[in-house]
Amino acid sequence: MSPLQGYLTLSALLFSIGLAGALTRRNAILVLIGIELMLNAANLNFIAFWRFGPHPAALTGIMFAIFSISVAAAEAAVGLAIILAAYRHSRTTDLDKMNSLKG
Amino acid sequence: MTVSFLILAVITVGGTAAAMGLRNAVHCVLALTVGFAGVAALYLQLGAQFVGFTQIMVYVGAVAILAVFAIMMTHNPGLVERTVVSKHWLAGSVVAAAVFAVLASAIGRSAATLQQHSPQPVVTVQQIGDSLMHQYVLPLEIMGLLLTAALIGAVVIAMDRKEETK
Repeated sequence: MSPLQGYLTLSALLFSIGLAGALTRRNAILVLIGIELMLNAANLNFIAFWRFGPHPAALTGIMFAIFSISVAAAEAAVGLAIILAAYRHSRTTDLDKMNSLKG
Repeated sequence: MTVSFLILAVITVGGTAAAMGLRNAVHCVLALTVGFAGVAALYLQLGAQFVGFTQIMVYVGAVAILAVFAIMMTHNPGLVERTVVSKHWLAGSVVAAAVFAVLASAIGRSAATLQQHSPQPVVTVQQIGDSLMHQYVLPLEIMGLLLTAALIGAVVIAMDRKEETK
């Protein structure tokens, strides 16, 4: 197994763990954390392809990873604020009980 | 495939699996910081030092702390949870396992991964700053705008509306 294959397999495993968490957990905050794990797996792919790709001097993978981390941070802040607002309204973060869109 | 990669992979997968599997939400976030730190160490091993330390600052330092605050602010002691997984847990697990099987078989068969070992590229922070200020200056400005909008939006969404009506 080449090093790139090792990193890509690890990244696929991280993505699957995040996807399993996002699909099976009931706590909305942990679902958001699962989505963050999936974004982390994508970032690991960017860095691995940059490192083992044909043009590592171009810095494209690093730039993409930095911007992706920034977008993920903004997404986490807004997502947790939405969860707090929903909790204030329905007094729960259980996704099985949040079944109404109307306020 | 070195020993250090295997150790870091075990730490990362163990931390993230514990983060998605533990019952107590605060323990989940603590395990998550281990997983994020493992990913940061993998970035350092790949030669992307700047991204590794950005990962530590943003994810271990900010996102995990934000998640802990959100868990503490939404903790409802009167509610005893029977189970932490939703009623569709079996379908979710099967979908995640199927996604991993597809990705792993594609990685195993791909010809793009069968290339020679390339030398470790050297990237200084000055190079990253130069290209952020020249080639990527427009995305940088848009990112600043996005972060400002997200900051204001998060404050407005999380603000308590009852204070306004008094």
